[in-house]
Amino acid sequence: MTALAHVPTAGGSPAPPPPVRRGRGRLLPYLLLLPGAAWLLVFFALPLLQLAAASLYDPAGSLSTGYAMTWAVGNYPDALQAYWPQFLRSFLYSAIALVLALLMGYPLAYAIAQKAGRWKNLLLVAVVAPMFTSFLVRTLAWKTILSDNGALVGLLRDVHLLGPDGRLLATPVAVVLGLTYNFLPFLVLPLYASLERLDPRLLEAASDLYASPLRAFGRVTLPLSMPGLIAGTLLFFIPATGDYINAELLGTPNEYMIGNVIDSAFLVRLDYPQGAALSFLLMAAILAIVFVYLRKAGTEEVL
Amino acid sequence: MKVRRWLADRWVMGVALLVLGYLTLPIAVVAGLSFNRPSSRLSYDFNEFTLDNWARPCATADMCDAVVRSMEIGLIATVVSTVLGTLMAFALVRHGFRGRSGINGLIFLPMATPELVMGTSLLALFVAAGVPQGFWTIVIAHVMFCVSFVVVTVKARLAGMDRRLEEAAMDLYASEWQTFRRITLPLVLPGIVAAALLAFSLSFDDFIITNFNAGTTVTFPMYVWGAAQRGIPPQVNVIGTAMFGIALLLVGASSLRGRRARRAALAVIATPAGKP
Repeated sequence: MTALAHVPTAGGSPAPPPPVRRGRGRLLPYLLLLPGAAWLLVFFALPLLQLAAASLYDPAGSLSTGYAMTWAVGNYPDALQAYWPQFLRSFLYSAIALVLALLMGYPLAYAIAQKAGRWKNLLLVAVVAPMFTSFLVRTLAWKTILSDNGALVGLLRDVHLLGPDGRLLATPVAVVLGLTYNFLPFLVLPLYASLERLDPRLLEAASDLYASPLRAFGRVTLPLSMPGLIAGTLLFFIPATGDYINAELLGTPNEYMIGNVIDSAFLVRLDYPQGAALSFLLMAAILAIVFVYLRKAGTEEVL
Repeated sequence: MKVRRWLADRWVMGVALLVLGYLTLPIAVVAGLSFNRPSSRLSYDFNEFTLDNWARPCATADMCDAVVRSMEIGLIATVVSTVLGTLMAFALVRHGFRGRSGINGLIFLPMATPELVMGTSLLALFVAAGVPQGFWTIVIAHVMFCVSFVVVTVKARLAGMDRRLEEAAMDLYASEWQTFRRITLPLVLPGIVAAALLAFSLSFDDFIITNFNAGTTVTFPMYVWGAAQRGIPPQVNVIGTAMFGIALLLVGASSLRGRRARRAALAVIATPAGKP
């Protein structure tokens, strides 16, 4: 909860690792690492290998008859061909949500870090507050807010932003709003951590040197907040792209993202090879984006 | 001119407050709905004020069972992941060893992998190994995704610690164990507690990974998910509001304690030497 504020501390140069010890105590670090590393190897890394294997199973098999390993590489193009719209939609929705979240989150993080004064801690708690209660219950609350009989839809109809039968719930708007809402704190916290270290005297200096506020932002504030911005966008984008709760609860099958397809492949249709292929494609796509992004941003050790 | 100046100064704060409104509105709605008597099972609209939901939060027994189960899973997963993660954090900050980048990668990757992929891959493993899914497979999964967050949180605290305090203790003939027990552990403890709270909240609220590895076991988020199709009992909002209240109290208490500790520290510094 409160710890989230410390998790994504971006930037800063980490202290160099201590030297490898000789003699007595040489084994100690390995003993300390062993249980945790073993857990992660067996329950994180090994399953990924099994997922890769399952994605190459013979698609003719089934859970009851068992699957044969036939190196069916064709599962990948088949899965993409069947579900590319949902795949594309996942990235489209989370990209739009990310832009919205940046427009909302940057001013918020900046205001808390630089303008809030003694209210800083209270505002920070307000940012984390949504995480104090259940993700699903909060998402369901949006059903009430965006309801056809609700005040918001009534208002939008009155000012003709929505037609007389226009609705918000069960539309892409609702899903994108839900994604933005649910992952916004993950963007704001690392951004705040970066902006908090920004020395306001730098902005004064810029303004003394006749920089307009916009120019000062572009040349001072933005570059100095880069580590937080990078960490925040990743912490937002990764879970948002893989999310299917918002699409399920606030949308319709027309808004389904790739997560909904994978969920049904594994739990409803019991088509493991296809579900595994889609999962693997999702991970590969996200990892590729993350690596390209980090390379471009030229930062190491972001998280 | 003055107006422009004033606006330029304040607009950021104005936007910030609007965004905070967007972030807190659903919580207000959840709290409001906890006092609602819905007109039908599938209705999400506010209908009529009632205290019934708070008077009988366990009117739907399934829901309370699910809450208890989530707490049990959360507690076990918290204890195990906090121990494993803290040990790893100590190794990473305090010791040199070969294979550091591999270990760092192993810790970083679970945080960068979509939950969906972790959930499905673990499901694939359990099915291939013939492990029946239920309570313990959920615990295993939760420990797996909590460990990394524990490592990062404890590591941050450890890295920010003043090593000279431990050196001083050793200079004063404290044994390695005494130094650890009396100096290191108390100083790292806030980090460990923060990590444990984080782990519990991650575990308690997890839906995606749990959904793939639960078998027929129902946690609170899974109950809510299932109920969303059949009709949500209003008591769900009571649980949501109560969770929020408890978390808020915890944060309030810890910040009060922090303030008192800071004041005490200030008093010590301000007191001239020799006087109590």
